[in-house]
Amino acid sequence: MTQVQTIAHLTDAANVTGAFLGGGTLLMRDVNYAAHTIPTLIRITDPMMREVRTEGDRLWIGAGMTMASVVAHRDLEALKSAALAIGGPAVRNMATIGGNLFAPHPYGDFTVALLALDAKVHFANGRESDLETFLRGRDQNRELVTAVSIQRISGADFRFKKVTRTKPKGVSVLSIAAHLEAPGGRVTTARIAFGAMGPTPLRAKATETALRGASLDEGGITPALNAVLTDLEPADDPLASAWYRRTVAPIHLKRLLLERR
Amino acid sequence: MAKKPVSFILNGTETGIFVEEGGNLLEALRRGAGDLSPKYGCGQGGCGACTVLIDGEPHLSCLTLAETVEGRRVETARGISNGAELHPLQETFMEGFAAQCGYCSPGMLVAAKALLDKNPRPSRNEVIDAISGNLCRCTGYEPIVDAILQAAARLQGRVA
Repeated sequence: MTQVQTIAHLTDAANVTGAFLGGGTLLMRDVNYAAHTIPTLIRITDPMMREVRTEGDRLWIGAGMTMASVVAHRDLEALKSAALAIGGPAVRNMATIGGNLFAPHPYGDFTVALLALDAKVHFANGRESDLETFLRGRDQNRELVTAVSIQRISGADFRFKKVTRTKPKGVSVLSIAAHLEAPGGRVTTARIAFGAMGPTPLRAKATETALRGASLDEGGITPALNAVLTDLEPADDPLASAWYRRTVAPIHLKRLLLERR
Repeated sequence: MAKKPVSFILNGTETGIFVEEGGNLLEALRRGAGDLSPKYGCGQGGCGACTVLIDGEPHLSCLTLAETVEGRRVETARGISNGAELHPLQETFMEGFAAQCGYCSPGMLVAAKALLDKNPRPSRNEVIDAISGNLCRCTGYEPIVDAILQAAARLQGRVA
């Protein structure tokens, strides 16, 4: 039997212990199948969890925003393609940004997009952490995430791709997000992140280094495509073997980088 | 363990039931409210057989905490007909053999209704996307997509 505690104000959430419920698309599975593993569910109803606001050059997005509300929000145009890659319509009406941060492999494709956008994770006690650091300690983290913030960028500089076996809705073989600035065709800024290529979404730093200063054409990106395998640590799962993922990753990265904008 | 009272609008009727703490909406609808139209398929959000509309939007009732629908509007496949008069979606599903075993149909019907309520003239791809969270292991989907497009046309008065 799982108990449910409803908390109306974020400030009251500081001293509770239990599993924080987002949209339920992952947590309620555990409640349905193994309720004893989730003795207490904590529901936060504070509307602050669903706010989007601008602070300086960063955009703050409430952790309770659903994928469907991201798709519908005009300030979040850059994230639309990543939000649409999550589940079918019903899942998108439920699944939240905060929940996606904790989604185990092979889920968490939205977090891949956040990683490429230099996201910070904000907690109820006011602490913040860059997303990469958060992901390293994620499985031990019991704090309440209230928001994420991202760099405000033009949608034109952001690319996202999710590769699945079934269309239009399937689980990730891999996902790639890229924040690329290439004025005049030469890369000045590159942040690349992969999903389903390790225990959590990960940054492809060798690829990024190889891309800086490169031109966005077949010859220019070759060093990056050679570097990408050193960045990835895929595992075998029922969707694809590690070998398959490593084989196709450079091909999908190439297509994403050469995508006509 | 104490049960919690929850009141909501089920298919247009004010409904009050007691739910288990931590219980899901699908159980609450089937056991508490006696509406057997939403089906239990996988219990983990993979199949869509339990899809219901909450405030007009599709949700997976097996993954929805029952008490969160307090004060909200819930629609199931049982509520889409007008008494004995079937909804055009139900008619076209029946005429076009879009249901074989029928287990996915309640979820398909409400997912399709949510689409047509918002987008009365969907493209084929929009229909495919709208039902992408609903598995059917009998039909191969084509008759379902056809039926939804035909119902859209019928609702618009484009075809008799």
